[in-house]
Amino acid sequence: MPVGLGHYLAVSAILLVLGVFGIFLNRKNVIIILMSIELILLSVNLNLVAFSASLGDLVGQVFTMFVLTVAAAEAAIGLAIVVVYFRNRGSIEVEDVTMMKG
Amino acid sequence: MNWQIALPEIVLALSGMAILLFGVLYRRDASVPCNMLTLGAFLVAAFLVLSTPDGSGYGDLFVVDAFSRFVKILILAGAALALMLSFDYNRHEGIARFEFPVLILFAVVGMMTMVSAANLMTLYLGLELQLISLYVVTAFNRTAIRSSEAALKYFVLGALASGLLLYGISLVYGFAGSTSFAALASALNAPGGASPGLVVGIVFVIAGLVFEVSAVPFHMWTPDVYEGAPTPVTVFIGTAPKVAGMALLLRTLSTPFGHLSLDWRLLIELVSLGSMILGALAAIGQTNFKRLMAYSAIGHMGYTLIGLAAGTEAGLRGALIYLVVYVFMNVGIFAGIIAMRRHGRVFEQISDLAGLARTDPALALAFAVFLFSMAGIPPLAGFFGKLYVFLAAVQAGMWTLAIIGVLTSVVGAYYYIRIVKVMFMDAPAPAIDQRPAMVSFVAAATGLFTVFFVLFSAPIVAAAQAAAQVLFG
Repeated sequence: MPVGLGHYLAVSAILLVLGVFGIFLNRKNVIIILMSIELILLSVNLNLVAFSASLGDLVGQVFTMFVLTVAAAEAAIGLAIVVVYFRNRGSIEVEDVTMMKG
Repeated sequence: MNWQIALPEIVLALSGMAILLFGVLYRRDASVPCNMLTLGAFLVAAFLVLSTPDGSGYGDLFVVDAFSRFVKILILAGAALALMLSFDYNRHEGIARFEFPVLILFAVVGMMTMVSAANLMTLYLGLELQLISLYVVTAFNRTAIRSSEAALKYFVLGALASGLLLYGISLVYGFAGSTSFAALASALNAPGGASPGLVVGIVFVIAGLVFEVSAVPFHMWTPDVYEGAPTPVTVFIGTAPKVAGMALLLRTLSTPFGHLSLDWRLLIELVSLGSMILGALAAIGQTNFKRLMAYSAIGHMGYTLIGLAAGTEAGLRGALIYLVVYVFMNVGIFAGIIAMRRHGRVFEQISDLAGLARTDPALALAFAVFLFSMAGIPPLAGFFGKLYVFLAAVQAGMWTLAIIGVLTSVVGAYYYIRIVKVMFMDAPAPAIDQRPAMVSFVAAATGLFTVFFVLFSAPIVAAAQAAAQVLFG
């Protein structure tokens, strides 16, 4: 069976859904949320590269490079914030992130 | 290639790096000179924005027109006012570090790039530059648990929203074949309507952008971030990024997706209705002033979106005027909140304001002006903001939006005026500390703007008209 655009899109949609569920269903650890965010961005990259190949247009691949760069910056900032939070709270359990409510 | 059209952004980004270098190399406390240099850079950038001619460049990635100029000036004004409010607050809280103005400056560069975006790629990169700077300034009071918790929540939800936005962009790219706004506009003009994949993509893009302006289905971060972030950061988040996000929403939906307005209009209408209703109802029970302002901001974004939902030139003009009015009211009210300090300690509960009219009549008067303006009482600025959007909605035949808008304004008036009642009628609490001169100056300037908006509104309305015409031209 030849692998076509549809297969790539399906895989990327599955990755997106996994990422979103990872953020909302996870009650354990903030690090898992960071991993889910990376998963979402990777699903986007897969989408962009697949479309780029099927359209015969390079813009999608250039965009992927930008997304990778931004994802690295975002992961760095995210981990820094988690470290700052851990210093103040002594825990990174998702259930403990509840100082403010309402 | 006319590279000069991005001159304001280039100058601002370079001066950001120069200020950062200066701050590192300066031997004494660098926060005061860096603040001043940043304000100077904003001034220079504003001058350059006004003198840059219309045009597009960088392979149609970047565009300058009356719309981008209008919004950029508003962003620079909001950022400069927020920075001015931060001086004394940061010193009091022991967070007066020179990185603060630099991060604000880079966020402003990101916003200006967003506003000038003529391609989904520019849009995304500007948005991320802005968001990443904002995450850091939210966590700026790094020994305070509430500040870091606010940053954590902002980061998680912001990253999720930008992920959804990107997914939408990838679908739009795949099904329309381009990321350029001009190419998208002509590709989507073809008869037969949009393919389902494209519509899904547009919905994702709208979801990502709606997060930026904290309108209803994606508003969850707003109250926590407003409450937890250091107050000058809250002022900043409440003004410039909202303006930039709204401008992006206006431009993206009107230019590349303008021919599909039948597909997205209902969505924007629902978002607007939801924001107005939630903003009015959820704010009633709040006791923390900053949290109340968060719900008020959600409501105000709902009113602004009425202009977009109307889908006419008058509607866009109304939305832009509303943004101008909103920025100045918001900065003014937060100047008052920053002045709320007793024996050197910050307090944020509304009940702490009891009897302020007797202990500090000038501040109480300023608060009253801003609160009445937010409630939409004529002849203050807030009334005209609402008037223009409601008028546009009625002209476009959107009676539901106009009627719900007026009803939620009435509910909103209840909680705004309740604060005025606490200040003027309740038994006085102990007096608050002497106000810093800069805070008084900002409150007075924005207060005069709010009161006398009616006298000099003509040039602002004309500029908003010109800006709205660009998107319909």
